[in-house]
Amino acid sequence: MNAIEVKELYKSYNSLAAVNGISFEVGHGELFGFLGPNGAGKTTTINILCTLLMPTSGQAYVAGFDVSREPGKVRNHIGLVFQETTLDSELTTFENLLFHAYLYGYERRQAVKRIDELLSMIGMQTKKHELVKHLSGGMKRRLEVIRGLLHKPRVLFLDEPTLGLDPQTRAGVWSFIKDMKQKEGTTIFVTTHYMDEASDFDRITIIDHGKLVAMGNPQKLLDEMGKATVSFSTKDGPTIRQIVSRGMSHAGNDRYEIRTDDPDGFIKQMLELSGLKIDEFRIKKPELEELYISLTGSEIRDDRIEHPVIRRMGHGA
Amino acid sequence: MRKIILTVYVITLRDLKKFFRQKSRLIGMIARPLTWLFLIGTGLNQVIRGGLGVSYIQFILPGILGMTILFSAMFSSISIVWDREFGFMKEILVTPVSRFSIALGKIVSGTLVSTIQGLIIMAAAPFIGIRFTIFEALLLVVFVMIVSMCISAIGVFIASMIKSFESFNIIMNFIVMPMFFLSGAMYPVNVLPRAMRYFIYLNPLSYGIDSFKHIMFVEFAHFRSDFSLLADIVLMVIFTLISTLFAAVAFNRQQKE
Repeated sequence: MNAIEVKELYKSYNSLAAVNGISFEVGHGELFGFLGPNGAGKTTTINILCTLLMPTSGQAYVAGFDVSREPGKVRNHIGLVFQETTLDSELTTFENLLFHAYLYGYERRQAVKRIDELLSMIGMQTKKHELVKHLSGGMKRRLEVIRGLLHKPRVLFLDEPTLGLDPQTRAGVWSFIKDMKQKEGTTIFVTTHYMDEASDFDRITIIDHGKLVAMGNPQKLLDEMGKATVSFSTKDGPTIRQIVSRGMSHAGNDRYEIRTDDPDGFIKQMLELSGLKIDEFRIKKPELEELYISLTGSEIRDDRIEHPVIRRMGHGA
Repeated sequence: MRKIILTVYVITLRDLKKFFRQKSRLIGMIARPLTWLFLIGTGLNQVIRGGLGVSYIQFILPGILGMTILFSAMFSSISIVWDREFGFMKEILVTPVSRFSIALGKIVSGTLVSTIQGLIIMAAAPFIGIRFTIFEALLLVVFVMIVSMCISAIGVFIASMIKSFESFNIIMNFIVMPMFFLSGAMYPVNVLPRAMRYFIYLNPLSYGIDSFKHIMFVEFAHFRSDFSLLADIVLMVIFTLISTLFAAVAFNRQQKE
């Protein structure tokens, strides 16, 4: 059985379907991205998979256990890193991790060993007895990720792990998560708003209005979407337009764009028509962001500055 | 069983550590009852004379002790709502520990935290002329613990019922303040009109404060409050058991739908 198996999952609030019959699987050791705008059903899905919410109908299996019928067993085998920090700022790094280990039935000696191992992995041994409130945002995130991994879960859920972090810290957190995935072999299920971060995931799925609109390897999805945009600037625009009639558009002044599934061929063709004096050319490959927009019709970044308080009042759908 | 004890231990240890590290909260929790005791007590001492057998500032000490427990136990339990959205409680809800043991852990930690604060208020007794023997002091601690547990359990029950922290003010105004004023803390129960007395009979804090009065004013026989010490103990234990049961059930049910 796969690490996660979801079959016809359905969840409604007062006849409003937050998750509308979705099905997918996540294989063992996979880094799986779950993308979509807020209100699309992301948090509802993650809450069902983590046994915090009961589905209205359908099945979900995590680490081989049914989330509705065996929530206790599921909880034993999953780790969860929330959107907002859930560390105790008045406690030290060590205390936060130790209490977590106790709740998973660890003995003190076992727990201390595992905590030291993980802290050295992220180079934070010197912060072991520091109060969490004195740590930086990036350190707190890393701490939460190792807390999620502390009890060696089979599946780690990360809900917007880089929300509110600066670009440098974001990059750091990602390379750390991928590193952890390699070392611990954990299946990682992650939701994110930042499309660029998802481009090297093993697989992604995009959810909108409670339904899955795309699933697969991010690069393959992009290839399927196909066309690249070539933009160039030239004084000979009208002439070129006569030769290349299809897909070419005027972007103002001397700038033009052409959408084609063969950008290199187009440039070659242009070069062959020598004497047209192309000043510069640049190939703009489609990004995940565009794929996302074309599928959901909304810009993902619009929803990014969202306060957790608002989400919580909206049932976290 | 081992898991339940471990969970209770973790939650209690965490809350105690936080309690002692948050200096401002600690100071506030001690300053409020002392302010009440000395400012209101001293002020009204001049206005209210006779009939009580004790000075007013002495009279309200049991009530202030009850108030300290009420606020601190209630605060400790209601913090669940905050923790559930923004912190530790959210994290703990996805661990394999049972909901029942989480509720129990919060009740135990609330009991300890407010008992500690109760002890600090008890230490003020000799300064206003109330003395008790070691035995009486120990008995008082036991009663303080029972009352603390009862209020903590009520707090956990309320916390499982409310969804957001915005309801906090409503709880303060419609539950905590009436519980304080309708408990015999500030005036003897028998001065109130009959209709209001029914609220006092339904308020577990009334029996707690009454039991404190029994111990603190042992020599003022005529002043002993409206209930017998036996009734206080029996009713407090019943209230505590019922509220603990309700809290555990309510906590178990939440977040499922």
